[in-house]
Amino acid sequence: MSGHAPWSASQAQVVLTALAPHQRLVLPALQVLQETFGYVPDESLDLIADTLNVTRAEVYGVLTYYHDLRRTPPPQTVIALCVAEACQAQGSRELVAAVEDAYGVRMGETNGDVEISEVFCLGDCALGPAAMINGRLRGRCTVDSVRAAVSA
Amino acid sequence: MITIYVPRDSAARSVGADEVAHRIAEWAVAEHVDLELVRNGSRGALWLEPLVEVQTPQGRIGYGPVTVDDVPGLIAADFFNGGDHPLRVGFVDDLPWLASQQRVTFARMGLFDPLDLESYRATGGLRGLTRALELGGDQAVAEVLASGLRGRGGAGFPAGIKWRTVLEASDATKYVVVNADEGDSGTFADRMLMEGDPFTLLEGMVIAGVTVGASEGIVYIRSEYPDAIATMRTAIDIARLDGWLGADVLGSGLAFDVRVAVGAGSYVCGEETAMLESLEGKRGMVRAKPPIPALAGLFGRPTLVHNVLTMAAVPGILAEGAGHYQALGVDRSRGTQVFQLAGNVAHGGIVERGFGLTLRELVEEYGGGTRSGRPVRAVQVGGPLGAYLPETAMDVSLDYESLVEVGGMLGHGGVVVFDDTVDMAAQARFAMAFCAAESCGKCTPCRIGSVRGVEVIDRIVAGVDRQDNLELLEDLCDTMTDGSLCAMGGLTPLPVRSALNHFTEDFHRNAEVSS
Repeated sequence: MSGHAPWSASQAQVVLTALAPHQRLVLPALQVLQETFGYVPDESLDLIADTLNVTRAEVYGVLTYYHDLRRTPPPQTVIALCVAEACQAQGSRELVAAVEDAYGVRMGETNGDVEISEVFCLGDCALGPAAMINGRLRGRCTVDSVRAAVSA
Repeated sequence: MITIYVPRDSAARSVGADEVAHRIAEWAVAEHVDLELVRNGSRGALWLEPLVEVQTPQGRIGYGPVTVDDVPGLIAADFFNGGDHPLRVGFVDDLPWLASQQRVTFARMGLFDPLDLESYRATGGLRGLTRALELGGDQAVAEVLASGLRGRGGAGFPAGIKWRTVLEASDATKYVVVNADEGDSGTFADRMLMEGDPFTLLEGMVIAGVTVGASEGIVYIRSEYPDAIATMRTAIDIARLDGWLGADVLGSGLAFDVRVAVGAGSYVCGEETAMLESLEGKRGMVRAKPPIPALAGLFGRPTLVHNVLTMAAVPGILAEGAGHYQALGVDRSRGTQVFQLAGNVAHGGIVERGFGLTLRELVEEYGGGTRSGRPVRAVQVGGPLGAYLPETAMDVSLDYESLVEVGGMLGHGGVVVFDDTVDMAAQARFAMAFCAAESCGKCTPCRIGSVRGVEVIDRIVAGVDRQDNLELLEDLCDTMTDGSLCAMGGLTPLPVRSALNHFTEDFHRNAEVSS
């Protein structure tokens, strides 16, 4: 996705130094870096550990625990399809298969341009199947509406 | 002047509300129409979204679901004067679906711009806080206790007892934390309330803070809810400027401030102790209880933790008095529940009623049956950890105790409807797979049992040593139920067993084979 700065250790250090007092914890620090760069590269682990005075292992543990945090740059297009029960009842399994075919990308994978990921509930459970496409919530999704949203 | 309402709720936006609002604004500019375009919260009639409402002298007339392509036709039909059109649903307040509800927590939902503080005050906003400040800690806690309010996150613990525990804790630092990590599929009431009436939640938090002696409040919102995060943050800024949040709450000399913390895509962080770990910046792993969070919660301090709906019920209880709330509901389930009707249902959305209506009323009368038009086969009540109930069990009363009696649970009030095309063995498998994906890993029965559960169900469905594997699955479910610290591993057997017991045939479709 656009809007992210290219990775730079010096900028990361600035961002970490500028953390508000209540953000001087591992998860908020990782979130702020991801907001800035779109992902959290492994080389930032030592920076975070030093800044927060915790071990590298603690930072790594948090980074790899949360689904949202990513260690590689996001591709141009991220399609997160809801695969939880309410959307299953409205045809999400079929939608997932159709979107996978349309982009030639399997769930949880990327072809460099498009990534398809699963999400458990987007809170749009009466208007499913739901998807978050490049950060924007879409309801009543079909493979055609997903395509249209990707190019929007 | 014409006043038109187009919801800003993210569900409405997900089906084109922004585009509809934009097209209406374009028309007003081109035709020099004096238009007030209000982006209200959603009324909760989600099948009608985007629901466009027009103010007429007689009341608000609705049109829905409106697509951007419908707008020219609506204009031609004189919709801004309430003109006739195939999408016209009539006076929204008179829709039987809405008029028969008991909107208490959702009383303001959809009526005006959620960030319009003047309208909030004009509809009784801040009366609860004012009264709480007059009453003081002990009496305000007594009021919450007397209301019979129980935790709406799923556990159903009496709210007043938590309040008293935190009030009586002697620590100088206490916290109020709202759990808005609404991860259950089929639930969206927390999201809608934060997007559609954020001041009510904030007022509930301030009441809680000044009552139990906390000065800091945190709303932990899941990252999947960007609109709710943005709306809550703006509402906090507005409330601070207005003087009822911050260093001197309504001139009382008491300080209470609130900030938003954002989750990172972990379902189990909806469990209160995992959420507290996450708020401390760590992996969201469940803590053993005791100690209870009310005594040793965030950073080891006494912490009042409530779900969004619990906290949002508080201002009304203080404003109207406990008796008003307590009068609603049945038995030990007092007040209202904000039910969320989702999945394959014709009229999905929010139904707020006193406890005690039946599941059948909810699904058939409010929901209008399935959206596909096929027969209802299964209804999952209470989220991914709730039971799948068959059509024949739908006369159960929707309250905490009755659902437990039929082997289910109310959870957060989400109800997901499935038609007769559902494969219940696949749903049981998903319950285990979901647990495997989201388990925090602390308890072995949950972490490993869920993985084994998927494998065992696969063997049962494939017909491999079916009887042996069915026994193994029962044993595994017992181990997960008894050996897990929290509801993730402890309740995953609920959907699995209910699917197995009520829909046995789905597990026996393939001929049996021996390994």
